[in-house]
Amino acid sequence: MLQDGLRGALNQSALEPAGPQAAKVTHLWWFALAIATTVYLLTMGALWWAAHRARQRELRGEAAVGPEAEQGMTRGVTYSIAATIVILLIFLVTDLSVGRTLSPVPSKHPLTIELTGHQWWWEVTYADTSPHGRFTTANEIHVPVGEPVLFVLQAQDVIHSFWVPNLAGKKDLIPGYTQSMWFQADTAGLYRGQCAEFCGLQHAKMALHVVAESKADYQRWVDQQRGTAAIPTDSAARRGREIFLTGTCAMCHSIEGTSAGSHAGPDLTHLASRRTIAAGTLPNTRGALGGWVVDPQRIKPGVRMPPNMLKPQDLDALLTYLQSLK
Amino acid sequence: MRRLSTVRAVSFAVASFLFATSVAGCRREERRFRESPPSATPTTVRVSALQPGTMQDTTHARNPYENNAYAQSEGQRLFGWYNCAGCHANGGGGMGPPLMDDQWIYGSSPENIYTTIIQGRPNGMPSFAGKIPTTQVWQLVTYVRSLSAQNSTGARSSRTDHMMMYPGSSSLQDPEKPKNSFRPPASEMP
Amino acid sequence: MSETIAAAPTVDPNGPYEAEIAELTRTYHSDAGRFWGWVTSVDHKSIGKRYIATCFVFFILAGLNAGVMRMQLARPENHIVGPDRYNQLFTVHGTAMMFLFAVPVMTAMATYLVPLMVGTKEVAYPRLNAFGYWTFLIGGLFLFAGLYSNTGPDTGWFAYTPLSGPEYAAGKRVDVWAQVVTFTEIAGLVAAVEMIVTIFKMRAPGMSLNRIPLYVWSILVVSFMIVFAMPSVAMASTMMLAMDRLVATHFFNRAEGGDPLLWQHLFWFFGHPEVYIMFIPGLGFVSAIIETFTKRKIFAYPVMVLALFVTGFVAFGLWVHHMFATPVPQLGRSLFTAASVLIAIPTGAQIFCWIATIWAGRPRYTTSMMFALGFIVVFTIGGMTGVMIASVPFDLQVHDTYFIVAHFHYVILGGVLFPLFGACYLYFPKITGRMMSETLGKWNFWLFFVGVNVTFFPMHLLGLDGMPRRVYTYLPEMGWGKLNLIATFGAVIIVSSVAVFLWNVISSWRGGAIAGPNPWGAPGLEWATSSPPPPWNFHPVPVVEGRAPLWEAGEELPVATGLATDRREVLITTALDAIPDNRHEHPGESHWPLVMAIAVGVTFIGAVWTPWAYVVGFAMSAVAFGGWGWPRGEHPADQVTDGVLPRSEAR
Repeated sequence: MLQDGLRGALNQSALEPAGPQAAKVTHLWWFALAIATTVYLLTMGALWWAAHRARQRELRGEAAVGPEAEQGMTRGVTYSIAATIVILLIFLVTDLSVGRTLSPVPSKHPLTIELTGHQWWWEVTYADTSPHGRFTTANEIHVPVGEPVLFVLQAQDVIHSFWVPNLAGKKDLIPGYTQSMWFQADTAGLYRGQCAEFCGLQHAKMALHVVAESKADYQRWVDQQRGTAAIPTDSAARRGREIFLTGTCAMCHSIEGTSAGSHAGPDLTHLASRRTIAAGTLPNTRGALGGWVVDPQRIKPGVRMPPNMLKPQDLDALLTYLQSLK
Repeated sequence: MRRLSTVRAVSFAVASFLFATSVAGCRREERRFRESPPSATPTTVRVSALQPGTMQDTTHARNPYENNAYAQSEGQRLFGWYNCAGCHANGGGGMGPPLMDDQWIYGSSPENIYTTIIQGRPNGMPSFAGKIPTTQVWQLVTYVRSLSAQNSTGARSSRTDHMMMYPGSSSLQDPEKPKNSFRPPASEMP
Repeated sequence: MSETIAAAPTVDPNGPYEAEIAELTRTYHSDAGRFWGWVTSVDHKSIGKRYIATCFVFFILAGLNAGVMRMQLARPENHIVGPDRYNQLFTVHGTAMMFLFAVPVMTAMATYLVPLMVGTKEVAYPRLNAFGYWTFLIGGLFLFAGLYSNTGPDTGWFAYTPLSGPEYAAGKRVDVWAQVVTFTEIAGLVAAVEMIVTIFKMRAPGMSLNRIPLYVWSILVVSFMIVFAMPSVAMASTMMLAMDRLVATHFFNRAEGGDPLLWQHLFWFFGHPEVYIMFIPGLGFVSAIIETFTKRKIFAYPVMVLALFVTGFVAFGLWVHHMFATPVPQLGRSLFTAASVLIAIPTGAQIFCWIATIWAGRPRYTTSMMFALGFIVVFTIGGMTGVMIASVPFDLQVHDTYFIVAHFHYVILGGVLFPLFGACYLYFPKITGRMMSETLGKWNFWLFFVGVNVTFFPMHLLGLDGMPRRVYTYLPEMGWGKLNLIATFGAVIIVSSVAVFLWNVISSWRGGAIAGPNPWGAPGLEWATSSPPPPWNFHPVPVVEGRAPLWEAGEELPVATGLATDRREVLITTALDAIPDNRHEHPGESHWPLVMAIAVGVTFIGAVWTPWAYVVGFAMSAVAFGGWGWPRGEHPADQVTDGVLPRSEAR
């Protein structure tokens, strides 16, 4: 069912697939669950039945089961083991074949996104053959619906894991290694992912969002992201930019088109175009942004960003500027 | 049932053990995320030990992180992030003076290093006032002091996960002052 | 056989052997007074009891950690603990449960039970046994001292590099973890060596390999697994990680030729067999319990033994299933998928044999039996999810989520805790001479059964719903609050179940009904001596003529006489057929194991701060080793005389 627009509230379920990879795994899950439940109920049934028969025998005062019953027992156990082997082999063949169908990328020149894991945010770089086509953003990925996207995964510091359950299984980002995986979103919508390898103090709040949209919307977004930062028009925003560039912000953050070029923290060139801030922890509203700028340690204790004690009017100006960075 | 005196002896041993361990690990392992430590303002910090007239007690702004392992680790990270290594390499110096020997032009006490970072110094040390928050400056101070083995080995990390750097490795420097102008070649790699 | 060892059928060893037993009482008496006698004791029963009790203390402490974790996770954005403390809590929970409880309690039970089950007086190396316990105790205390002083490890119980490396794990927390692993690995290896030698060389005459109890087979398999698996993690943690952190080596630093994945391979090569090391003795316990309470020998004994060996062997070929999300080639992953799926076959075979035994027997539903049946019900769920996650595509969705947490808690609680509780109820009369309360036992069982399911079943759903592991909190919008609250409620039920168990133990120890030698009518040799057994376990030595000696012997249990009673003498028999081979005098009380353990403690605890600790520790260990092994010149050396079994003594 192709539906434009956003889907419902935050949904990170592996059982609600929106792409072929996750869909195959969901089918595998239901298949495995059906077989496992059946086998489990049969085994428990056998256990109950065995206890029941033994009790019956005792109540009726019958003699203990003699050696002639051993043959029957041997047959029963042998058939059960044989059935187990057959079922497990079916499992195995299914697993391996699903695995094989999921691995090759179904496209010669897929859209390629380089994802670098940091403690505790995601650096997203859209690759392009020409240098001016490349751009970097953070914690939010846009993909066109129905096209496979190839991810090149690297880590800056410790091991992270890229995982968007609605779309595909996870892959670890290991420092020193480059891994790749692909997925495809078949339904437009907003999908949430989360880091799935313990990476330190704020592993719990290292989320990202994948926005799957129509090709036109996607292209519009890409063109916007490729541009440099919006030039502030009013005095408050200009003052905000001055605070950004002359204060602590520019030491870690970059804004294309200004002198702020540090790659220690997330790129903020198009901050206002993102749905969330702080790696999916807060909505991108003025209030949340203000709270985050002033005291990020209250929201994510241990995060790399220090508190910034700004005067109220300076904070106001800064927020006006940041919110103008569409 | 054991004799009562044995029970008492064992309880006393356990209690003192617990007390000792609680005191020991505290300062090194604290991770304090939300605080604003006092800055060391220039008027209170003297770079020279000489004073005219009667000797006045120099007020020291204490480094709140002196033997704190987490602060030192953060300082190590910030040393790279803020490109201190661009001039000081990994402690061995280059455009800037080495930080791992015992030659300190502007003083090696924590508050001296603090004011050096905040004020800048002639001949190339930038002033980071207003650019680096106070907590982070103290973390850098802690790390820089560890490069010359001036704080405890317990808090130091041995290396980083990059190409061979030469930070305050607890095996490669002993707790006493390092030798004059101690500068191994590897420390000058960028 | 020689003339001086004669088999004389008798029922009550106390009858014609009173004088010998009186002399044995004098021989086994220690002059050291109560406290030092206890500290220097090398009696496997004394060591076993304190070992089991210590393990349960660590179990409770680790369980309290989990209680705090569940309180924190009961609601979204909760503020009971912050991320730093939470990370320490879950790491110490996992480390303590895996290294300080699950494996050691199984080796501790084996230390107590195996010599009794094979019909001998002691383990093979009594002083080494004591050393193993003290080393374990020091390691466990070190871990909790660390947690108490804010130095608890905080990078997870498997401490992946580079997060646990020198750059990203500041301070001494991970160093504490690395050395705790060392202590527990030493203790584990000690136990393994003890069990292998005792089981092979010290069985009662006539107990050939095909007459060994299934529990003893499980311990033998596990001991070999320990020998092959534990060196991997000991090397990785003590050598490589500790060296990276202390002396700037680059084992796990990719930039200088090392590899963070190397840590994962080395750890999981140990880590996967580790979970089978915990679980296989549980299988042994279930066999012992079902045999006792159905009054029937376990069906298809050769299949059961073979299943234990196949499980133990194949367990070494599974470890990469923990690493499916890492850059391991697809063919490799397929092989490990195959092994992970097929290892279910031997365990399934065992379950079918148990069901057959129950069908053919006369089951009595004591608390112990209920726990054995509970094992089948709970563990099988974990086994099912285990086969599911053997598949790479499915695992890539649920790896590092609460689905995995649910899986391993089902297999651990089902496969380790249920059999352990069942074994406690079965063997408590033997260990203490008192019966546990069956009423409290039933409460214990049902609370535990309900609690485990209420706590961990919702976690399957949470994992499929996207909740990752090791998160100190979660956003309210995710909708995970309800299931987490249910899981926390279940945790409260588990706590109450353990409380009931402890109350049962404590009240029964003093005031339970007195137990005779064989209150359950069980078949094993351990039930042929008094409850609790005397320090020398058996006198005279029982002789075995079948797999269920006490059932087959009827009124009269054959025995072998002739071992000396003026010294602590054990009978050494051949490995295959248990024909008496020689006599051996084993050592008595000694303080050297404790001294050696302290030397080892100084070495490894000091190594957290300085490499010089190895030098100092080596010197101390050399002194301790010298004292331990100093030749004693009191008795004549090995004697070989015609017509008499050769005699040897411990040096």
